[in-house]
Amino acid sequence: MNPENYLFLAALLFTLGASGVLLRRNAIVVFMCVELMLNASNLALVTFSRMHGNLDGQIMAFFVMVVAAAEVVVGLAVIVTVYRSRHSASVDDASLMKL
Amino acid sequence: MESLIGLLVGAPLLGAALLLVGGRRLDRVGHWLATALAATSFVLAAVLFSDLLDREGEERVLHEHLFSWVPVADLRADVAFQLDQLSMTFVLLITSVGTLIHLYSIGYMAHDERRRRFFAYLNLFLGAMLLLVLADNYLLLYVGWEGVGLASFLLIGFWQHKPSAATAAKKAFIVNRVGDIGLSIAILLMFTTFGTFAFEPVLDGATGASEATLTGIGLMLLLAACGKSAQVPLQSWLGDAMEGPTPVSALIHAATMVTAGVYLITRSGAIFDAAPDAQTVVVVVGAVTLLFGAIVGCAKDDIKKALAGSTMSQIGYMMLAAGLGPVGYVFAIMHLVTHGFFKAGLFLGAGSVMHAMNDEVDMRRYGGLRRHMPVTFVTFGLAYLAIIGFPYLSGFFSKDEIIYAGFAKGGTEGWILGGVMLLGAALTAYYMTRIMLMTFFGEKRWQPDAHGHEPHPHEAPLTMTIPMIVLAFGSVFAGFLFDSGEAFVHWLEPVTGLEHGDSPVGHGTVGLAATAVMVVGVAGAWFQYGRRPVPAVAPTGRLLTRAARRDLLQDDFNHAAFVTPGNYLTRGLVYLDHKLVDGLVNGTAASFGGLSGRLRRVQNGFARSYAVSMFGGAALLIAATLLMRAV
Amino acid sequence: MSALATALAAETSTSTGEAVQFWVLGPLAVAGGLGTVLMRRAVHSALCLAGTMVILAMFYLANGAYFLGMVQIVVYTGAVMMLFLFVLMLVGVSATDSLKETLKGQRWLAAGCGLGLGILLIAGIGQASVGSFTGLAQANADGNVQGLASLLFTRYVVAFEVTGVLLTIAAVGATLLTHRERIERTKSQREQAAERVRGDHVPPLPAPGVYARHNAVDLPGLLPDGTPAELTMIETLRGRGQIREVHRQSVADVAALEARAAGYHGQTYMATAPKPRSVTALETTGRPDESGAVTDPRDAGPGTTGTTGSTGTTGTEDAEEARQ
Repeated sequence: MNPENYLFLAALLFTLGASGVLLRRNAIVVFMCVELMLNASNLALVTFSRMHGNLDGQIMAFFVMVVAAAEVVVGLAVIVTVYRSRHSASVDDASLMKL
Repeated sequence: MESLIGLLVGAPLLGAALLLVGGRRLDRVGHWLATALAATSFVLAAVLFSDLLDREGEERVLHEHLFSWVPVADLRADVAFQLDQLSMTFVLLITSVGTLIHLYSIGYMAHDERRRRFFAYLNLFLGAMLLLVLADNYLLLYVGWEGVGLASFLLIGFWQHKPSAATAAKKAFIVNRVGDIGLSIAILLMFTTFGTFAFEPVLDGATGASEATLTGIGLMLLLAACGKSAQVPLQSWLGDAMEGPTPVSALIHAATMVTAGVYLITRSGAIFDAAPDAQTVVVVVGAVTLLFGAIVGCAKDDIKKALAGSTMSQIGYMMLAAGLGPVGYVFAIMHLVTHGFFKAGLFLGAGSVMHAMNDEVDMRRYGGLRRHMPVTFVTFGLAYLAIIGFPYLSGFFSKDEIIYAGFAKGGTEGWILGGVMLLGAALTAYYMTRIMLMTFFGEKRWQPDAHGHEPHPHEAPLTMTIPMIVLAFGSVFAGFLFDSGEAFVHWLEPVTGLEHGDSPVGHGTVGLAATAVMVVGVAGAWFQYGRRPVPAVAPTGRLLTRAARRDLLQDDFNHAAFVTPGNYLTRGLVYLDHKLVDGLVNGTAASFGGLSGRLRRVQNGFARSYAVSMFGGAALLIAATLLMRAV
Repeated sequence: MSALATALAAETSTSTGEAVQFWVLGPLAVAGGLGTVLMRRAVHSALCLAGTMVILAMFYLANGAYFLGMVQIVVYTGAVMMLFLFVLMLVGVSATDSLKETLKGQRWLAAGCGLGLGILLIAGIGQASVGSFTGLAQANADGNVQGLASLLFTRYVVAFEVTGVLLTIAAVGATLLTHRERIERTKSQREQAAERVRGDHVPPLPAPGVYARHNAVDLPGLLPDGTPAELTMIETLRGRGQIREVHRQSVADVAALEARAAGYHGQTYMATAPKPRSVTALETTGRPDESGAVTDPRDAGPGTTGTTGSTGTTGTEDAEEARQ
């Protein structure tokens, strides 16, 4: 088996995550789909690292993880705040940008 | 000596500034201050005059450069004065008559609350008028020109509580604007042609320019002169200007400001000499106005408006003379000076009469005043004799010389001009005699006014009679003085030049003819107004009389020719503006609004919709990248 | 150079064990991803995602990224997913998503975009595929963690420091966002006392229904005639629609008990035959079809009609305060 298969799997998972972002309305689920996309990209990075024989890809994946952790912290805080004021976690309800 | 010129102009301007800024605390002394400053100007003028007399003919010119006003590249506008014989003549006339009328106004305006303001305006006028005649370039002259226009506006509308006065002031201002446009165009033409505004280079270089340009400049200058001097076709404001206080009518609208047009034409003589067509137009305007004013003067019952018609007519004489070129310039100015004396005297007399008659202006309510107001009667009578050209009074000399110059034009034109002027002389005698008879002779016709007060005619106070007496002296002797040894002609000749035209008629004959038509005019008036009592209510009269009472339909003409089409034009423009311009703008706005309203639907505010477009864009980018690699 | 390249590119295929692992775990990972996207309940989605993440950790390990594999399990499945679950609890664990699409055309557009993106990605990978790969044997020679560390603290040290700052900012930001500012002044004891005396209920509010068989706050207390007492219901639970109907049998039991007690005292029990008033509040703040808070149909007794008061939207804190 060629490690390329990991890349195909990563692409598949990324697409699944993207579809979830577009389809789901619950902000938390949307957020989880974003995490799925990030993980897919991490898998691709790790695979690249292996294919090229150096560790830079893993370093990239590491940074992605750290940034994702920070993002999760802030994002969930935002969701909690929005829920507290609007009693809803639906992304469609936060359509206040439109008059 | 030159620095006195600045003082001469500055004194009245200082007075105006002091009185306007000083406020109420100057109420008690303001009129004396203004009069003293006017007198100061007169004294300075006299000093300068004696200085000029000490010099020889060609040397009699003083230049004073005060400061550079607009020194930008080729455009050089200086505040600089030029005092030559022509300016000197005007300065003496303006300051002397001005001082006398200041003095007169002290009595005349004694009971007016806003007397200080009145004197401030009078001083402002005096300063502006001096600036006008002393400027050594056309731009500074324009400043003075507008200054006197402003002072005239303020003084005509001085009793602004009367709607008629406010309207008259506006009318004078607007009609003068038409003329001022002419002056500004003339100045611009001069700058493009000669590259300067100063008198000397423009007038010296006039022969070098093309005749068409000079004709254009001349016609524009004539338009300006017509506006300021109330010549046809811009004559309509002068009659209404009589709404102002009578001293104003005497000073501004009889003796000085309205003669500014004559000054302008005479000063620009070199341009007119090189543009015969413009000169012809000047002559025609003068001749038409001469008759126009005289006819209006014959029909008016309002003593001031009758005198205003007379002023118009007399300035017509001056215009005509100025249009004749070097043959007439000197006599135009001479008539201007003598006219300044006797017309100011007449107006002051009229003011005195009105003062005595509770501001009644209708001559049909006067009658028999000679017994009640002897001083006024005598001074008015002397001025009257001077204006109708009674032999050896001042009007006789100046008018005869103009008529002679008219005949000297030669050929048919000469005969026409001479005839017109003789006719004008007869009409002058007629309407002046009419005024005289209706006011001072016959039975008393006055009635109680609206408040039931019977007028008690009385002689005016000393401050009013003294100027009248002085002016009467001037009316009687000025002509004689000027004519003795042709002193005035020699005095002005270096500036204006002089030619003795060949007249088919001799001097003596012209004098006789003028006297004869004068007698005819006087007799005609006596037959109509002296022999039988004057009706207290004006008879309907013939068509010409009725037209003349309406100022020969000048206002109706203006209304039909300018106001009504102007209204229609404005309405049309407003319609166009609303429908076309606004429609275009609003249509554009509405179409953008509609477009935006449709585009807005894309912005539905749902984050997921935006996410779809984001992912779609990413997909497109990847597709593009792959495509580029494949290709 | 080319010699080195050929030496490095020694491997063209992975071991059979890894292939087996991939083909077993790969479909499971995809199934987990599908579950994340398609599960109606957010909790199920989260569990599916956690499974996928664990599988991805396996793949990391297989790919020679030992450190990342561990971090994936500890940080992602351990910390981040717990955080997700924690927030889910906070927001309401029973909330299920309706999968009905409300935006017009959104589903088709999403499907198009997702499909297009996937096809393009896979096509791109397929186009760029190479037959051989280098492998990490050389890079991991000194140990994976040591290799990463040496890179992290030399070449990527600036980025490393910056991510540290980023994490700090994120922590502070999250604290700030969830912090609730007290807008009004704290009430003093005296004011609270005065408020209570002036209010509707001077004594403490009655407790929720606590019975021999049911001892739960989601049951309303009953009035003597067997009807549920409004005052005993907790606003928060009513707001979520989680108040349970008192079973008819219980009401009948109470009535029977009362009747017996009356008979014992020689009185006749006036059977009022109460018509049970609705206690199941259906307070939805969002769209009706959203059903962010649908009552479990199991609990909704037959014949109950929604006629609850209009106080369903008051906040949790307010209800708690009123209960004190």
